[in-house]
Amino acid sequence: MAESHADSNGTDDAAIDPLSAALAWRSEGAAVALAWVVETWGSAPRPPGSVLAIREDGRFEGSVSGGCIEGAVIAAAGQVLESRQPRLLEFGVSNAQAWEVGLSCGGRIKVYVEPVE
Amino acid sequence: MKQALMEQLVADRAARRAAVVATDLGDGRQCIIYPETGNAEPEAPAPVVEAAQKAARDDTSGVVECAGRRVFLNVFNPALRLMIVGGVHIAQPLAAMARSAGYQVTIIDPRTAFASPERFPGVRLLTEWPDEVLSSIALDSRTAVVTLTHDPKLDDAALREALLSDAFYIGCLGSRKTHDARLERLRGLGLGEAALSRIHGPVGLDIGARSPAEIAVSILAEMTQILRRGARA
Repeated sequence: MAESHADSNGTDDAAIDPLSAALAWRSEGAAVALAWVVETWGSAPRPPGSVLAIREDGRFEGSVSGGCIEGAVIAAAGQVLESRQPRLLEFGVSNAQAWEVGLSCGGRIKVYVEPVE
Repeated sequence: MKQALMEQLVADRAARRAAVVATDLGDGRQCIIYPETGNAEPEAPAPVVEAAQKAARDDTSGVVECAGRRVFLNVFNPALRLMIVGGVHIAQPLAAMARSAGYQVTIIDPRTAFASPERFPGVRLLTEWPDEVLSSIALDSRTAVVTLTHDPKLDDAALREALLSDAFYIGCLGSRKTHDARLERLRGLGLGEAALSRIHGPVGLDIGARSPAEIAVSILAEMTQILRRGARA
């Protein structure tokens, strides 16, 4: 998103907003998924409520981690957009065999991925 | 999530209305809950509404167990706001940094040479007197006020309005000596010690800042500390 987004009154909203990005993509006719951090344990990088908006072509806005698991979440979002069914993903250092990615910080997080309908 | 619900969240944010989205992690059903009124659309069980109200108060999203169901409560509190009194040099980097940190920024300065669009591209500028502006806006607990003019005519009346409000952070630029003189004047305006102790002055964390941008860093750092750790940080 542009760093100085100004509306017609010359005012600006918060700099980066994944929900607004998702709505803009929807208005262009694209399929969009949202991934929310819902639970964290240990030293997870982003708190619950953090969101990553993913467009069907792989473009994204926001974050659910420090960048460690975004790739896997974006891949899972593709499946969610095909099945139209939400999924709950879990990531952690001990879970590497399931997703082949983990959090190097040692934390564990759950991410809820849902289609925008 | 339904697109209509996302549009509702964006509208709520524009209206500075707190909202909580409850998602049943078992079946994906969602509703929007308004913590101030307790209303939910579609209806939600009373324990979920109460948990949502607590989550909004704590400004903390998370999962709760309600009647055997796991529910994700996602808090959408109104955007943080920063009202800067004085379109001075420090206000330029402070406005830009605060926007990056998610604040809606307003610069208030009746001196139009200071509060000019050229100096603050894309930032909301108000050129009325600061106390008139601040008394007309509900300064809530998601709002910070920072005065930077050094001019008692502009700063003092604005401070009085800020101290009568729920603003979570009130900071004033000026040396220790300037600040002591300011406190004396504010006592003369009838403000008590409890109110005056809310003022952060000299403004910002003591990190040895020199340049306007470094002072902006110290101010935004102190605002963050008070926001996240509370006034007794």
